[in-house]
Amino acid sequence: MNNTTVFINLFAVAGLIISLLLDKQKTDQALKMALKSFPKILPQVLLIILLIGMLMSFLTSTVISNLLGKQSGIFGILLTALLGAVMHIPSIVAFPLAASLLEKGASVMAIATFITTLTMIGIVTLPLEIKELGKKFAFWRNGLSFILAILVGLLMGVVL
Amino acid sequence: MKPPSNQKSKLTKRTDWLILAIAVLTGVVLLLIFPEKQEIAGITARRIATEMFTIFPAVLILMGLFAVWVSKETVMQFLGENSGLKGIALALFFGALPTGPLYIAFPLAAGLHQKGASLGNIAIFLTAWACIKLPQELVELQFLGVRFMLVRLGLTILAAVIMGMIIDKIVQADHFPDNKSRENIL
Repeated sequence: MNNTTVFINLFAVAGLIISLLLDKQKTDQALKMALKSFPKILPQVLLIILLIGMLMSFLTSTVISNLLGKQSGIFGILLTALLGAVMHIPSIVAFPLAASLLEKGASVMAIATFITTLTMIGIVTLPLEIKELGKKFAFWRNGLSFILAILVGLLMGVVL
Repeated sequence: MKPPSNQKSKLTKRTDWLILAIAVLTGVVLLLIFPEKQEIAGITARRIATEMFTIFPAVLILMGLFAVWVSKETVMQFLGENSGLKGIALALFFGALPTGPLYIAFPLAAGLHQKGASLGNIAIFLTAWACIKLPQELVELQFLGVRFMLVRLGLTILAAVIMGMIIDKIVQADHFPDNKSRENIL
């Protein structure tokens, strides 16, 4: 157990206690929601654990750093930007994958770009976005997100 | 009206398990063909599993608590009526509070626009909703460290605000669909 794990759990316990003191019914409702989302996210969590295990044992550091490392240049960043844009996985399971790829030699730029397009751009939710907010808005929001996500990734590489 | 039908989410759930089953099978076969890979795969999977399962219950509880305590009505009330710097700050703040999945955010955003929120602030709100949720930041902290998380958070906020400014300039309100079903959803 590292410090972050302890911190997150303390945070949740403190939240629960405060919530319980304020309103028992609402707290029950919140716990029920948490309980219901667990089996929903479980297959994705297990899948990512398996995927990381396989990636780390089968892909060598050379392969990963060629594809996603510093020397992959703009190609690596565009690749991760596109992957992030079309993939539809919750960001909370993407973080451990990102961390493992970083360990194996992927660049901060490529990984930060991936996480940012993954969360900012939603191809799967695009039809709903168009229906509710219009084609023009959806097009500009997702298009600008793509460019800005790459900029965020590039700057991350410079700063870190 | 209820959020997009239950039927669909049930189907997605089943597909998720099916994909997992296929992946497990593929993994087992591959590891039997290449037994020398078994050790690293096992060690890595066990380490990631420990890290994930020691934080997920807490993360899910936090998400549940926020969903219950920050209602759609609160968001509507604060965001619909504020503009300028205050509007931007509120859009970021309420977007970042984990109040539900993205399919709730779109009709909510459309409703906010009707209440007077600018398109730019709606773009900021949606970006914050999708990218800078508090529990997700905690998971990022756990796996990628405090520097990575904070720098990316800062840059994402900056990106959201820049996007809001550009969208305010480019997209005109009359491009919005005048969608009657929206009222039913809200």
